[in-house]
Amino acid sequence: MENEAGALSRVAGLFSARGYNIESLTVAPTEDASLSRMTLVTRGSDEILEQITKQLNKLVDVVKLLDLTEGPHIEREMMLVKVHAVGEHRHELKRLADIFRGRIVDVTPHTYTIELTGAGDKLDAFIEALAGTTILETVRSGVSGISRGEKSLRL
Amino acid sequence: MELTGADILVECLKKEGVEFVFGYPGGAVLHIYDALYNQKGLNHILVRHEQGATHAADGYARSTDKPGVVLVTSGPGATNAVTGIATAYMDSIPMVVITGQVPTPLIGNDAFQEVDSVGITRPCVKHNFLVKDVKDLALTLKKAFYVATTGRPGPVVVDIPKDVTQHKAEFHYPEKVEMRSYNPVVRGHVGQVKRAVKLMLSAKRPMIYTGGGVILGDGSTELTELTRRLGYPITNTLMGLGAYPATDKQFVGMLGMHGTYEANMAMHHCDVLIAIGARFDDRVTGNIEKFCPTAKIVHVDIDPASISKNIKVDVPIVGCVKNVLEDMIRVLAELEQQPDREALADWWKQIEEWRETDCLKYDDSGELIKPQMVIAKLYEATNGDAYVTSDVGQHQMWAAQYYKFDKPRRWINSGGLGTMGFGLPAAMGVQFAHPEATVACVTGEGSVQMCIQELSTCLQYGLPIKIVNLNNRYLGMVRQWQQFFYDGRYSMSYMDALPDFVKLAEAYGHVGMNIERPEDVEPAFKEALGMKNRLVFMNFITDQTENVYPMIPAGAGLNEMILV
Ligand SMILES: Cc1ncc(C[n+]2csc(CCOP(=O)(O)OP(=O)(O)O)c2C)c(N)n1
Repeated sequence: MENEAGALSRVAGLFSARGYNIESLTVAPTEDASLSRMTLVTRGSDEILEQITKQLNKLVDVVKLLDLTEGPHIEREMMLVKVHAVGEHRHELKRLADIFRGRIVDVTPHTYTIELTGAGDKLDAFIEALAGTTILETVRSGVSGISRGEKSLRL
Repeated sequence: MELTGADILVECLKKEGVEFVFGYPGGAVLHIYDALYNQKGLNHILVRHEQGATHAADGYARSTDKPGVVLVTSGPGATNAVTGIATAYMDSIPMVVITGQVPTPLIGNDAFQEVDSVGITRPCVKHNFLVKDVKDLALTLKKAFYVATTGRPGPVVVDIPKDVTQHKAEFHYPEKVEMRSYNPVVRGHVGQVKRAVKLMLSAKRPMIYTGGGVILGDGSTELTELTRRLGYPITNTLMGLGAYPATDKQFVGMLGMHGTYEANMAMHHCDVLIAIGARFDDRVTGNIEKFCPTAKIVHVDIDPASISKNIKVDVPIVGCVKNVLEDMIRVLAELEQQPDREALADWWKQIEEWRETDCLKYDDSGELIKPQMVIAKLYEATNGDAYVTSDVGQHQMWAAQYYKFDKPRRWINSGGLGTMGFGLPAAMGVQFAHPEATVACVTGEGSVQMCIQELSTCLQYGLPIKIVNLNNRYLGMVRQWQQFFYDGRYSMSYMDALPDFVKLAEAYGHVGMNIERPEDVEPAFKEALGMKNRLVFMNFITDQTENVYPMIPAGAGLNEMILV
């Protein structure tokens, strides 16, 4: 998208006005400061997805649009989880984080903050594995996506 | 040379060839009004309400092929303009609306007369801009006109803070502008055009259905040529009337909720539907499940998002209708194949049978003026050559049904948004664009009161509009629905305490006429049209029980009309 004030609200407004749902949305400027890249996850029938694609393409601020699910692609999301961690439980949490290739990025006598990156279902699985642990806070970045192979979304 | 933002704006409008700016002043646009004071060439038209400005600019645009231009102040000026912007948006009318804004340092401070104009208008514009630096002003205006007038047209808002109109910058107006994120398609895919023509030629029961896109895309000549060559029946939507001559025998009338029996039946039974510049609106399709059950569909539209939005089509063509129609005519000439004349003759026989239902007949033998008859007489009195604007309601449908438009851009109405109050200000815009033409505004006593203040504008600029008020003392269309679907519980649809319209017209400096008997209708038109330089408010007291027929009730198919 054009890296313009208001571009994000045009996209968000389109989804709410037409009753489409946004599961997640991430956006940030790219190496070309005039452009920002958005990954938006939505769900719907083929007809609805076709309409969403067309309506997004109609927005003047949208430069190029690609449905990543049409080909092999990578989805990644980052999550930070702050958990209650005391006594014996601290070792167990460390092990669990290792299994999921997470990292403990902040420590206090009573808490760990764990950083985890992966596809959405991996993050979900980690949360499930934390059952029995008191989760104090979680924050997820939303999904960023990119296609596999040599194909790239460029101007 | 350096110019102030206000002067830059004026120069840009001149470079765009703008003749009229419809507007209303206020604090945030004072610099702009000062710049207007000091120039020649641009005509600013002072309306009486910002809604009037937008509808007037809209009427100007619809009756020409040029964008309408509006100038309003910040806050209430901008919010008053929103109805007109949304009206233009729904009907894809090219318009550039300049809204004043509070000075940039005050934006976001709840400053006096501040509203987030870009935010408020976002869902009802094709695009909008906030200009924060005078250096960007000229380029932004160029983009605004470019976006408004190309592709599927639409309104564009440019919000300009007051300080930007005061700051100075070097003036340079680009000849051309390119936007990497905006590339409207013009030419349809040639392969698709060929497929479409072949499908069209294979038809046994073909039907051509065209909408406002043919008018906006100036494709009327090509449409007429193609339709005549094929010999197929054609119907127009409410927005598309005049794209094909209504007096031609291949024309089967308007389709949809209040369309003719023959048009809707032919739609329902056709085997190949050729949809051009139309968007399968719910007022046209009726129940989607029951729409054109046996048809293969070709759909030509400039907006890819219109295609297969409501109805799945078989041969989609994205492109400007004019170009696609030209290509279709060419492909048709190249192919050896002819339409199936025999099948076509049977099809026409069937259509003629439907036509014999004479679904638009009405009984005008009584003592009361029938509204349909007023339109029929208007048609005769103006030789079918007037520009007719309308408001929204029963009168709008009667105007569409009984005034036979033979030319495009003659029928000006708010089809998509259905905005009461549109008719009179739109007529002003039309009259400015065509000072010598007869401009009639067909309205109702409900609608006309929504922008009645513009009578004052009409006096100021000497606009000789003929107002045809079909006064049934009811919000007629509402009353009709209440009669049909709410067992006659006429909740709030009776208009009590109406003004004396003759006195009202006179108070505004115009001529008013009351017409109460059927035999007075024709002479009244003669008299009113004779007053070339005067606005005449013709108040026809009509039969209040009259309904618009045929009618397709909600949820029904096109073959399930209520006839009388
Ligand atoms: C601004 C606005 N408000 C409400 C409506 C809903 N509405 C549609 S038709 C109609 C009645 C119009 O009455 P009138 O102008 O007298 O025309 P008639 O139907 O009697 O010919 C109303 C209220 C509308 N279309 N626009």
